[in-house]
Amino acid sequence: MLHTFHKGGVHPPESKLTASAEIIPVDLPREVVIAFAQHIGAPAKCELKKGDHVNRGDLVAAAGGFVSANVHASISGTVTKIDKSKTAFGLPVDTVTIVASDEDHERDLEAVKNPVAARTDEEIAALDPKEIIGIIDNAGIVGLGGATFPTKVKLCPPPGSKAEVLIINAVECEPYLTNDHALMLQHPDEILEGVKLLMKAAGVDRAIIGIENNKANAIDLLTQKAESDSRIEVMPLQVKYPQGGEKQLIAATIGKEVPSGALPIATGAIVQNVATAYAVYEAVKFGKPLIERVMTITGPSVERPGNYLVALGTNLKAVIDVAGGVPADTGKIILGGPMMGKSAVQIDAPTIKGTSAVLMLPQSEAKRNKVEPCIRCASCVSACPMGLEPYLLSTLSRFEQWEEVEANKVMNCIECGCCSYICPSTRPLLDYIRLGKTTVGGIIRARQQK
Amino acid sequence: MSPIIIAILILGGIGILSALILFIVSKRFYVKEDPRIELIEAVLPGANCGSCGRSGCHDFACACASADSLDNLMCPGAGNDAMKKIADIVGLTATASEPMVAVLRCNGSCENRPTTSTYDGPKSCAILSSVSAGTTDCPYGCLGCGDCVSACKFDALHMDPVTGLPVVDTEKCTGCGACTKACPRHILELRKKGPKGMRVWVACANKDRGAIAMKECSVACIGCGKCKKVCPFEAITVADNLAYIDYTKCRLCQKCVAECPTKAIHTTRVIKEVKVTE
Repeated sequence: MLHTFHKGGVHPPESKLTASAEIIPVDLPREVVIAFAQHIGAPAKCELKKGDHVNRGDLVAAAGGFVSANVHASISGTVTKIDKSKTAFGLPVDTVTIVASDEDHERDLEAVKNPVAARTDEEIAALDPKEIIGIIDNAGIVGLGGATFPTKVKLCPPPGSKAEVLIINAVECEPYLTNDHALMLQHPDEILEGVKLLMKAAGVDRAIIGIENNKANAIDLLTQKAESDSRIEVMPLQVKYPQGGEKQLIAATIGKEVPSGALPIATGAIVQNVATAYAVYEAVKFGKPLIERVMTITGPSVERPGNYLVALGTNLKAVIDVAGGVPADTGKIILGGPMMGKSAVQIDAPTIKGTSAVLMLPQSEAKRNKVEPCIRCASCVSACPMGLEPYLLSTLSRFEQWEEVEANKVMNCIECGCCSYICPSTRPLLDYIRLGKTTVGGIIRARQQK
Repeated sequence: MSPIIIAILILGGIGILSALILFIVSKRFYVKEDPRIELIEAVLPGANCGSCGRSGCHDFACACASADSLDNLMCPGAGNDAMKKIADIVGLTATASEPMVAVLRCNGSCENRPTTSTYDGPKSCAILSSVSAGTTDCPYGCLGCGDCVSACKFDALHMDPVTGLPVVDTEKCTGCGACTKACPRHILELRKKGPKGMRVWVACANKDRGAIAMKECSVACIGCGKCKKVCPFEAITVADNLAYIDYTKCRLCQKCVAECPTKAIHTTRVIKEVKVTE
């Protein structure tokens, strides 16, 4: 019997249209717009001024605090604008625009074709944990599963807690998404090297790579490659959403539950995404900061759905055009997967570290159904992987009973959307719960500051 | 004895016993409440809006009855007349405060500000503003879901079906400020009601640069500063590409209204002759 988490969960149709599809590099753009806030935490502080020339991989903005990350230039070129631009959600953010000259562009293309190793294997073997964390910090690596939490913060557990096991999140439980799957098929050796580096950085001698068993070829490949190292275990998992959630994955792999309000490190586990492990390898081996990532561009009517390697800062529209443009029947363009992703209001926006996928759903699939009254079936309660009562939290939030919302542990909600998915009355449960979570979060922060 | 009589006797006995207990308790544990509290509550609107800073009208009445001075106590919902009545009840003097009214700093009607995306989630401004910039390109203006309308306890706000914007009924608006707190974009503002209900304000909250603001909405403030130059009373400040009229300095000359190239400055009344005394 394969492992999985036991509380709640749902089984949405997988719809992995681009499973096992090769990663296609998107041509380097001549202009990138790089946002300073591409991660959870404080926005990075701009290090450039208008007219400066930068090389590919140079620092654009430095981390603005402990929970923050460096941001780097994904192409060489000249800074033409330091200004506000709009995100895909229509909100203005601080950005810098870099435009490449012909010469810059040629040089970048050459660098992409023949990457120069920054460290030899011996040098890598000689790195101590502090040095590895330093490289990760400098490279601005963040969790690439979607939450974009700075990786170095996770590797520096608070005093009093000790990491025992590294869990690599290769679950990819969201429907449609296949970018991690493609990465595992194409770069298994690099990923395993990255895992070893992360193990060293975290000071653990055990790693578990959790993969759902709908990716059999990736499980086989990684198991075979990891055979030589007894410390790394590839663990096939039952398919169940949201197994890729940090807490659910810990429950599925090592059978421990993260206590309410505690960090995952309380169970002795550090969870890192598989794409993050790959980014760590690239940063250590080639000295390459996080300036590109694999994105799944997909949808039932998309002309060329696939897994694309995109330089961060490339215009979203340009990326979509590579996949054949926005289909005519599109009702919603979702950044991320259909369960947790957010619907974009415009596509003239820069791609960022957290852009894991672009899903273009036809109007017939995207539109919400009519909201019916709650029939007290408690489907949402059985589906909630955090053991919450979504119907109650949603109603309390709607009537602004913030104290009650807090007492009912809204802060434990991982916003996975199982409740809204399962609701037979198609009630917008998560919409209200998220409102409650944001408001209560604000109230708690204000209380702590007092 | 028939069961009916037994039942009557038992129930009647319990009734008499209970009445006795209640009588004793009410005499022994009687809480003497200031009779003025009831009088004050009669004057208050009873909406429990909380704009006085108390948890409700009864709490406010208690505070008034036990206060040494009414300086920090003001019910915006009831207004100055009611405060004067309360002052008479408690034998203190109430300081009159300027009546306030809510104004909307947005004129992004369907005509002025085209809809560029759709939203089919729950009809709540708070939720919409947490997921995106709304259904138009302007990330500062009215979201049109009516959180302010549901927050208003005095029935003074209604959505205009043509413009899609809330309209303030100045007769009913008490200036309690509930709507200003409910609006996630903070575009409802309390301003002085003004002499004869005259007000001048910038009906825009867009902080984008002029060219971008114009694209988003045809009546956006572009921060050109013309109003600031023409204002004889230095009441206008321009910050972040947005003009703001300080109502404490504005003398309602309305020169800025005519000067604004995008017609972003609104006034409640058009007066023929503008007299300016420097």
